Amino acid sequence: MDTDRLIRTLAADNGHRAPPVGYALMLALLAAAPVSLLMFFTELGVRPDVMIAMRNPFFDLKFAVTLALAIAAIAVSLHLSRPEASLRGFGWLLVIPAGILTAGIGGEMMMPQRLPMMTRLVGKNSWICMTTIPLLSLPILAAALMGLRHGAPSRPAVAGAVAGMLSAGLAATLYASHCTDDSPLFVATWYTLATALVTAIGALAGSKLLRY
Amino acid sequence: MRERDDEWTGLMRSAISGDSAAYHRLLKAVTPVLRAAARRGLARSGQPVDQSEDIVQDILLAVHLKRHTWDVNAPFAPWLFAIARNKLIDALRRRGRRIFVDIDDFAETLPGEAPAETASASEVAAQLQTLPARQRDVLQSIAVESASIKDTAAKFSMSEGAVRVALHRGLTSLTAKLREQ
Repeated sequence: MDTDRLIRTLAADNGHRAPPVGYALMLALLAAAPVSLLMFFTELGVRPDVMIAMRNPFFDLKFAVTLALAIAAIAVSLHLSRPEASLRGFGWLLVIPAGILTAGIGGEMMMPQRLPMMTRLVGKNSWICMTTIPLLSLPILAAALMGLRHGAPSRPAVAGAVAGMLSAGLAATLYASHCTDDSPLFVATWYTLATALVTAIGALAGSKLLRY
Repeated sequence: MRERDDEWTGLMRSAISGDSAAYHRLLKAVTPVLRAAARRGLARSGQPVDQSEDIVQDILLAVHLKRHTWDVNAPFAPWLFAIARNKLIDALRRRGRRIFVDIDDFAETLPGEAPAETASASEVAAQLQTLPARQRDVLQSIAVESASIKDTAAKFSMSEGAVRVALHRGLTSLTAKLREQ
């Protein structure tokens, strides 16, 4: 087919309007949310002492960290869905959750503690944390990648990695309401490992699925 | 160069707001620039330059299907060249050679540069045959026989809306097949 004909055909299709990537991502995440919520409430559920726990600032801090990660990663992945975009100028957003967590660790260090540092770091739920966050994030990650396929990222693996952070952040927000380990040291260790795992899966899947 | 970029941006804005003629003019205007860059990329990686038309069509399809990622307040040329660069690297890699493509390959192409003799592209035509019958018929009618959407609708006794849907789906699956080959 010669190029003039193709151009004429494309012009004939000019009436078709694709929704913005942000809209596609939002729909995909809304579709995946019930799946992860169902997994969470049938297998884990919110911890029984949640009303008391909410008065503990370190319990609340977990949500600040995980939500900051999810929101920053959503913003970065929407930015990266443009072909001419790079991480420059936007990558720093992903440092915000790490900053909040570091401040939390500092805060905890300054307070008198009943348990030694290593006990708080190892916690009681490290294995559950390491397996639950990735499992809960899988439906979200699949949906996020589907939504982001509407974009045109110049580096699909990087975009996929950020999608992994996004889904780990949302999954960790759910998991944080179940987990009784509230020490920022626990969060910095096990949540980070779980997030790194999902990020790697996202990068791998993204390098295949987000090419355009 | 600046003038050219502004003109492209203006045309793309009109296209997005529904002006198909502006869109047609824009695609016509960018094609020689894309073709020159594709030929240069092929030549530099030691491959026959007559395959450039396949790459040009690949870029045009991607531009078309990803145009919603263009920000109407941003200049058009950097967006276009980012897509073109991505597609050119992809095409060269698929042909077995990994090569560095300079963004300046696109930016420095003079608008007046005459397109050299080029063999017509075969990949799109070949993939066209593998589409579902309805999509293929509609695409063939509009692309090859230059029929309008209205005439195509009458010919296949479809509604114009159904023709539009088949046309868009056809272009989408064509692009997916080109990517997977």
